[in-house]
Amino acid sequence: MTKARLATVWLAGCSGCHMSFLDLDEWLLELADLADIVYSPVGSDQKLYPENVDVALVEGGVANTDNLELLQRVRASTRILVSFGDCAITANIPGMRNMLRGSDPVLRRAYLELADGSGQLPKAPGIVPELLERVLPVHELVPVEVYLPGCPPPAERIRAALEPLLRGELPQLSGSDQIRFG
Amino acid sequence: MSVCTLRINERDVAVPTGTTLLEAARQASIPIPTLCFLEGLSAVAACRLCLVEVSGADGREEPRLLAACVTTATEGMRVQTHTPRLQEIRRTVVELLFTEGNHVCAICVANGHCELQNMAVEVGMDHSRLPYRFPDRRVDLSHAQFGLDHNRCILCTRCVRVCDEVEGAHVWDVGWRGEHCQIISGLGEPWGAVEACTHCGKCVDVCPTGALFHKADTNEEKHGHPERLQALVHARTHQEWSP
Repeated sequence: MTKARLATVWLAGCSGCHMSFLDLDEWLLELADLADIVYSPVGSDQKLYPENVDVALVEGGVANTDNLELLQRVRASTRILVSFGDCAITANIPGMRNMLRGSDPVLRRAYLELADGSGQLPKAPGIVPELLERVLPVHELVPVEVYLPGCPPPAERIRAALEPLLRGELPQLSGSDQIRFG
Repeated sequence: MSVCTLRINERDVAVPTGTTLLEAARQASIPIPTLCFLEGLSAVAACRLCLVEVSGADGREEPRLLAACVTTATEGMRVQTHTPRLQEIRRTVVELLFTEGNHVCAICVANGHCELQNMAVEVGMDHSRLPYRFPDRRVDLSHAQFGLDHNRCILCTRCVRVCDEVEGAHVWDVGWRGEHCQIISGLGEPWGAVEACTHCGKCVDVCPTGALFHKADTNEEKHGHPERLQALVHARTHQEWSP
């Protein structure tokens, strides 16, 4: 049997979902038998998102131009996209900047109003990605096959989604253990 | 006591005249989800989660959507509580509540003990199909003991009712309209400036989310206590003051 090609992606989130993924502990050894980790900030040294990915766990909201570009590449090259954690599903904490209405007020608040006097707005085109006007959940930008809520989703919940996915089935998640926000 | 018989989900149920559909269903162990309803307070049908399909009432055969908490059971009524249409409506209602305000469970005082968070699980909401609004809302920390975070308010009006009907202080009311609608204290004053407030904390006890909270509570520390209100209402109603 050919191994599934699994990726994990980190957009605008705290990486807590990835830490929870690592909390799968010894099951990660079984996972290594079931899947090749073809792209992941915690499980691969691959720098560019590859083609023909079977399953991708996408953590984080979409906050800047880098996030958006990577997400579009992920969508184009992935069969099953899993919106992984509350930031990906609701924009969650990164999305709280949306209440300030736009990227400019956010940058001014963070880099000028709260600075100690030497503040300046970050501007480095081509190096520092531009903020989008609003942080958006993944599914408001691209189609999503599976939602895995939680801040972070506990390791058992990640496993409950991955096991059927790696068998080629869509998980049916319900109940407090599997779809709770927060 | 006169009794009427109705059918709920193809089961015959006999209840005293004047019983609401919500009470009748609960007596028959048929759960109907609610958020604004709280035993001990008047029913206002604000949240619309308890909508049921009713036919056979007033000679009407086509099913109508009625809020179970304010609809009185009548003889021969036929009620459906969990059709696919109702389940779809309930999930949409919860999505509307989540997207209308700023409900960030991860950083909320009520995380893990929140009726809205629980309701999302109950209706199977793993994401919102509606876009989030991210409204600009305020937090009132002017009261010495309590806080009000409008970001987390779902306008269920439990606080308004408990303060008026049980405490008799009527500190709370609903102000403005449409997307600007919000709970107000006094005549739209800061909570701490309202002299009518007795600092009893009943509003905090019955709030289903983290909107009303004790200032000492941090993340995940707020627990609702509707049972305190219910014990008080029971004691007053039946004049039974020792448990």
